[in-house]
Amino acid sequence: MTLQLAFDIVLIVTVVVCAWAALTTPDLLRAIVLFIAFGLLLAFVWVRLQAPDVALAEAAVGSGLTGALLLSTLSAMRRRAAQAGVEASDEAQVAESEQEAAIAQDT
Amino acid sequence: MRKIPDNDDVRLTAGRALILGMALALTLGLAAVALTFPEDQPRLAQIALQRVPESGVNNPVTAVLLNFRGYDTLLEVAVLFLAIIGIWSMARTARVWIKRPDTPILGAFVRFVVPLMAIVAGYLLWLGADEPGGAFQGGAVLGGMVILWIAAAVWLPKRDGRALLRPLLAIGLAAFLLAATWMLLVRGNFFEYPPEQAKDLILLIEGAAMLSIGATLALLFVGGAPEEEEIG
Amino acid sequence: MIGSAMLYALSGVVLFGMGIYALLAYPNLLRKVLGMNVMGAGVFMVLIASAYRGGDAPPDPVPHALVITGIVVAVCATGLALTLATRIHAITGAAQLTADEEDSA
Repeated sequence: MTLQLAFDIVLIVTVVVCAWAALTTPDLLRAIVLFIAFGLLLAFVWVRLQAPDVALAEAAVGSGLTGALLLSTLSAMRRRAAQAGVEASDEAQVAESEQEAAIAQDT
Repeated sequence: MRKIPDNDDVRLTAGRALILGMALALTLGLAAVALTFPEDQPRLAQIALQRVPESGVNNPVTAVLLNFRGYDTLLEVAVLFLAIIGIWSMARTARVWIKRPDTPILGAFVRFVVPLMAIVAGYLLWLGADEPGGAFQGGAVLGGMVILWIAAAVWLPKRDGRALLRPLLAIGLAAFLLAATWMLLVRGNFFEYPPEQAKDLILLIEGAAMLSIGATLALLFVGGAPEEEEIG
Repeated sequence: MIGSAMLYALSGVVLFGMGIYALLAYPNLLRKVLGMNVMGAGVFMVLIASAYRGGDAPPDPVPHALVITGIVVAVCATGLALTLATRIHAITGAAQLTADEEDSA
């Protein structure tokens, strides 16, 4: 087994395992970070296959920008969910106090 | 409103096992097809490599992108343009949350790195004629530079900057179409470069495209139409 | 395709299969976008592997140009898809598509 073949096998196994982990891990933040790592490993693959232009484009756009887009979407969703949670608990408090006032009026 | 769960349920249910089986079958079938690919070089590759010196550039990938398959690249720049139109018509507010960072390191780093990235982007554009590089790579570095600038809370595109923003977004597609129409008038065929002007035309198209690509990628990150008032 | 690049083509096919599994099996929209990107990466790997010519011969430039175009178009599609996902989350409060109407806020 030549050195080049060994390097190919190690690189391919790492890429495939990284992609599978990115797709099936339960935590979304971890999944996105693994996807960014997958993109950088992919840039490595392009260099190995003698495609330096593709490697430049992939490293900048493919993994970096897509990862940034995904992270910004995830944080926007979580922020909105947290705000909705705060508003919902505020509404629940207001409803509770109105109920208590109504009960106090009845008695 | 429902809360999104922090951890998804990724267990292998019966439905997912079925989908996994189908995906496995698809993979095996495609692998069998991939093993039958022939070894000899397609004729198109030989013709393309032979005629690179006539195209005005020395890098074969740039020659293919901007000269031989220039129409495909024109459509790609149009797709970039359409993506921004789609995002601006769907989302009225920016998706990113801009606040002043707690440490001064991010601001100092950005002030140091942004001029360097601008130079690298221009260099990659110029280099694309002979070595790996070109408009897309330079545009990607430019877009990354603007995203860093935004993320360090220095700036978000606002509505009154649209006099500058809209031409930046449109100039790539416009330059491409103008150059192609020029070729139509001069040579009688859409995208047939006159050989002595090929290098200049390609550089012009690539320069305009780089600006557009950088602006578009940065605005993809912002994720919404420019706002009226200051954020954060 | 050259024998030394066949391994990369097969791994591209495996990535495609994994991506389509993630696209179909998980309801969360962000996971679907991740799956689509991995599928695209698999396709690009097959294309670039078919362009590889071995140690000294120059690689075939046409698939390289196609893949560069493909990468940029994939990023645009991802940007649009994520904006759609953000809007869906803003309107329904869930990061996945829900079937019943009374869940809309």
